[in-house]
Amino acid sequence: MNNTRTITYQQIAATVERLCIESCYELPGDVLEALRQAAAAERNPRARHILEQLLENAQIAAEKRIPLCQDTGLAVVFVSQGANVIFTPPAEEPEATLFDAINAGVAAGYEKGLLRKSVVAEPLNERKNTGTNTPAIIHHEIIGGDKLLISVMTKGGGCENKSQFRMFNPTENAETVCQWVVDVARQAGANACPPFVVGVGIGGNFEQSCLLSKKALLREMTDANPDEFYARLESQLLSQINALNLGPQGLGGDTTALAVKVETAPCHIASLPVAVNIECHAHRHKSAVL
Amino acid sequence: MGEIRKLHTPLSDEIVRSLRAGDELTISGAVFTARDMAHRRLCQLLDAGEPLPVDLQGQVIYFVGPSPAPAGRVIGAAGPTTSSRMDAFSPKLIAAGLKGMIGKGYRDDRLRQALQQYVAVHFATIGGAGALLSEHIVAAEIVAYEDLQTEAIRRLQLKDFPVIVAYDCYGDSVYESE
Repeated sequence: MNNTRTITYQQIAATVERLCIESCYELPGDVLEALRQAAAAERNPRARHILEQLLENAQIAAEKRIPLCQDTGLAVVFVSQGANVIFTPPAEEPEATLFDAINAGVAAGYEKGLLRKSVVAEPLNERKNTGTNTPAIIHHEIIGGDKLLISVMTKGGGCENKSQFRMFNPTENAETVCQWVVDVARQAGANACPPFVVGVGIGGNFEQSCLLSKKALLREMTDANPDEFYARLESQLLSQINALNLGPQGLGGDTTALAVKVETAPCHIASLPVAVNIECHAHRHKSAVL
Repeated sequence: MGEIRKLHTPLSDEIVRSLRAGDELTISGAVFTARDMAHRRLCQLLDAGEPLPVDLQGQVIYFVGPSPAPAGRVIGAAGPTTSSRMDAFSPKLIAAGLKGMIGKGYRDDRLRQALQQYVAVHFATIGGAGALLSEHIVAAEIVAYEDLQTEAIRRLQLKDFPVIVAYDCYGDSVYESE
């Protein structure tokens, strides 16, 4: 095992801390560009004005180092760990795990970055705020190689609330599935802060389709699914959603979604699970490779 | 769109009656903040016939849970949260004297009836523009429920805070006017 690499608790915690803060202060360049292009193409004057205000908002946040949106979200952390990466805990905490390091980074990032702490310890009884914005939602996978990839998505509650899941019959056609996806966007409406980025997970099983719909949001705004069929589905869904005339803030206009991303997985002969994860225009995520 | 009208809080019936769905205006003056948990507590007090920690007569509530204030600023990011989550509570507060609310997104029929019955108004502001909107907040102090942290009731002083009349006291909505 001479090709193993050691990555420490401290390296991971420091990286996650930085990603949390930077994602909340700065919109990714491709999202900004999508908003600029939408503003330039928008025919509805009020919608265009709102898109310009969103760009101004992003500029203020980046310049003054404050969050773009007060809802700095749940921290959703995707970690792809190379099989040759060995995680080492600090000497004083020999039991600490990779997940502990991530949560330490989230807690430090939300504290130092003056991000809003929006996590309650338990959902239905007292709903007491944990005060640290932890625990994060962590998705971990093992990949080949000796690198560790971390992506942090700071995902707001308003749009997450409007996300939906549905089991279709396996004989259903693409048109019916698309109609439902468009309807989910319509129902999300003004409440979920359009223009949206729409993540669609098709296939897998109940939980995998939901995870795919979230992972889809990590893709570049301008890329397309490598499969021609699903690439066409993405552009068709984007046109159909933008034809809703929901517009920025639900006040009408051409710009209801900035992008639609479809991710797929093999599934059971009896099943056709479809999940739609609605993301608001404050599409905040940031990645690092260790 | 023309000239943007400037409103000042508190709001009178006369002012509320002059507002129509789709009007774009700015608000200056004091407003309270409250979101989910503060609304639940206020309504529990009203149900029990007990006094509220703040006087709502003629007041406006902004549905917001701000991020912490950095040094040199009065508040962090402070954009609106989803209004519909307050639908179950707002009619009671309106009956108790509340005149206006600021949030984002849709309200239900019961809320719209309360706006008509008690002459009140619901404004929308720009969801997800918390940095921009914080530039229109010139003072902030917690006045109740400090234990709720970001969800505490604050008194904010607004200056030329941009809003649109989303639901007026005549039953009309900007979301249906397009």
